Amino acid sequence: MASYTLTINGQQKTVEADADTPMLWVLRDELDLKGTKFGCGIGQCGACTVHLNGNAVRSCQLPVSAIGENEITTIEGLSENGDHPLQKAWTEHDVPQCGYCQAGQIMNAAALLNRNPNPSDQEIADATHGNLCRCGTYNKIRAAVATAAKS
Amino acid sequence: MTLIKTKVDRRSFLKTSALAGGGLMIGFTWGCDPVEAAKAPPKEWFDINAFLTIADNGTVTIMSPNPEIGQNVKTSMPMVVAEELDVNWDDVVVKQAPLDAESFSRQVAGGSQSIRSSWKILRTAGATARQLMIQTAAKEWEVDAASLTTKEGYVYNGRKKLSYGELATKAVVAEIPEEVELKDPKDFTIIGNSKTNVDMKEIITGKPLFGVDYMAPGMVYAAALRPPAFGTKLKSFDDSEARKVNGVTDIFQFGEKIAVIGTNTWAVFKGKKALKAEWQKDGKLESTTGHDRELRRLLDSSNSNSVKRNDGNIKSAFASAEGTLERVYEAPFLPHNTLEPMNFFGNVTDEKVELVGPIQTPQWTQGRVAQLLKRPAAEVSIDMTRMGGGFGRRLYGDFALEVAEISDKIRKPVKLMFTREDDMTAGTYRPASKYKFRAAYKEGKITGYHLTGAGIQMGNSTRPDWFPAGGIDNYKVESHNLESNITTGAWRAPVTNFLAVAEQSFFDELASEMGVDAVQLRLDILERAKSNPVGEIDYEPEKMIGVVKLAAEKGNWNNPEPGISKGFSCYYSHNTYVAEVADVETVNGEPKITNMTVAVDCGIVINPDAAINQVQGGVVDGLGHALYGDFSFVNGTPQAANFDKFRLIRTKEAPNVDVHFVKSYNDPTGLGEPSLPPAGGALANAIAKATGRRIYKIPFTKQDISIG
Repeated sequence: MASYTLTINGQQKTVEADADTPMLWVLRDELDLKGTKFGCGIGQCGACTVHLNGNAVRSCQLPVSAIGENEITTIEGLSENGDHPLQKAWTEHDVPQCGYCQAGQIMNAAALLNRNPNPSDQEIADATHGNLCRCGTYNKIRAAVATAAKS
Repeated sequence: MTLIKTKVDRRSFLKTSALAGGGLMIGFTWGCDPVEAAKAPPKEWFDINAFLTIADNGTVTIMSPNPEIGQNVKTSMPMVVAEELDVNWDDVVVKQAPLDAESFSRQVAGGSQSIRSSWKILRTAGATARQLMIQTAAKEWEVDAASLTTKEGYVYNGRKKLSYGELATKAVVAEIPEEVELKDPKDFTIIGNSKTNVDMKEIITGKPLFGVDYMAPGMVYAAALRPPAFGTKLKSFDDSEARKVNGVTDIFQFGEKIAVIGTNTWAVFKGKKALKAEWQKDGKLESTTGHDRELRRLLDSSNSNSVKRNDGNIKSAFASAEGTLERVYEAPFLPHNTLEPMNFFGNVTDEKVELVGPIQTPQWTQGRVAQLLKRPAAEVSIDMTRMGGGFGRRLYGDFALEVAEISDKIRKPVKLMFTREDDMTAGTYRPASKYKFRAAYKEGKITGYHLTGAGIQMGNSTRPDWFPAGGIDNYKVESHNLESNITTGAWRAPVTNFLAVAEQSFFDELASEMGVDAVQLRLDILERAKSNPVGEIDYEPEKMIGVVKLAAEKGNWNNPEPGISKGFSCYYSHNTYVAEVADVETVNGEPKITNMTVAVDCGIVINPDAAINQVQGGVVDGLGHALYGDFSFVNGTPQAANFDKFRLIRTKEAPNVDVHFVKSYNDPTGLGEPSLPPAGGALANAIAKATGRRIYKIPFTKQDISIG
């Protein structure tokens, strides 16, 4: 076990964890940030997507020891009041069914809009292709990302 | 005017009481038929599992015992109550039954019956509350209740009005009416207008809603190592390396499994990986190649038990046919792959057995847990959380039984987590099945139809009284069951999820062989089934004709756009009628589905945006599993364990899905499943048109579907 001081959602947090512990489990079990979800553990589904310095990463593939000074943002820190343009668009389009993948979908799309504020439909599809939605809400996810980009 | 009785022999299935702090509370039994409920009304408050409260500030709270699995019941069911109560939806708060509320029944089933079975009770509860408001206002004003009206939370007497909030506390003493009047569906203002998912804010901000998120003081974590193959059991294990893992606190055998206990999820996953276990043969080690051989053999056999329906004379129809067609269709097992893996919380003490998690069958599981731990059922409580998908998997309480056994052993609050690999390899799979269709035709009509189905632990693999039953003179349906030690179970749209793909692919090829239009062939059968049916049928041809025509029109069946190949499919299931037109284009020499037009008759559509979402999701699910669903066994061992080996459909593979509902005032029917079964057939038929190649086996992507 080692001690790590991490910057998460703009706050300094110190945790005790094994070096190989994925950020996913540090967030969920140690810091009680449950919005980041476990889906596959091998970086295939995207349910655990968080931001590392604003870029979308799979937290199940990111050992705590590799974080260092880099800043982590989770769904809980995406906006102050749940009013990020994507969160508003998700509400407008009534996107979720079971809702389990949606935090990862929103974090992934937020990173897209950070680097490309005006994505084409093709760019939205390309950028969201890595995140599984088992309920099949892909039509609504694509529409909501397009709406958020326009706002 | 529809009058609904709320009482039988003076006993009501609704109860009223004062709300703490001022207001009215009405309790009722959610999820049951009001007529049945009136015959056996709740004896006490604990039989009641849903509440409607009207606070003296006018806020209406609807407490739902139904956890959400993704079908939108937590939003759409309260909409039905609010409609009949006649309040403004903005004044309605929907709450999940609190986990510790003593007054809530713990006997609640999941949402799978949902709207269809609850429709009348929800309306009656809302209408009763409205009537109590009217009666109380009539007393206040000393006027005839019949002269009063309601609108958006107020009772009106001409220009005078009283709010429900003002009336609520006084309404506690009002007598529950013998019968109440329900609204004419044409007057609905909430139903039929889209309302946002009531849990939206929590979902998009990452609040803990799901089973995996549930925590309790002093909780430890558990993972379990299960036999790697069906037909094996534990021989011995060495846990010396696993015990060295930081955070692992205990390891023990339970049944044929090994539990790893620890202080966090990562520790128990690592500990499980470090276990060295030896397994031994305990039964047949089955393989897909063997299943294929056995199912093929069954398709060619017939006996008195296999016949499910037999109209006319199949033999003579084939003997006198101008042409015949025979085809076999094949589908593999499928795991459910809910994105939230199986998990459950348990806390077993001397006093009680407390279980919390995502499950659809709490009552059944309660009994099984009580039996397993030899405890009275009254000591076992099961509370449901929101579920990260179900698709049938959470009907089976194996994970709840496991955590109960583990907590009983360690006597601590514990969360059992499945890894994705655990989830995919310890499944209750969609059974593998095969179907053989034979048809005889003459003078442009189908004269004989013979379907034989064979599935692995599937029960009846056919739906003998559904389409095309009643529309063909000589009609025979047979089904065979193959026993296996591989656990199978319900998977979204059980049986029909593949039966429809096979049947609708067959009709398309048959139409082509007969030289008739694929849509017209179905309409001809349906017209016959409607006007002069052969034997009894268990579907309404008229409604099917409606969706067939609507889909053909909206999907431009008769005027295909240049470069687009169209495939048609229609299917009736869960009391809902669906027809679909798939558009396939050629992209880089491969057929690609770009659009699906869907026509649906599900009666009254309660929450349109959510309903569209359900239909789109079902179509995408059906297409995805038809294209990629691939799950086989070698010597009892599943050949895929995670999403690197089991491919699920992703966004670029999911077409635009264009949904059209038939305008209807009939009671609502199921919507979580019925758009799935026809999807694969529509796609196969469009691919056949684009490529000239017919598909007879799932996954489609493993068949030759290249152009030319």
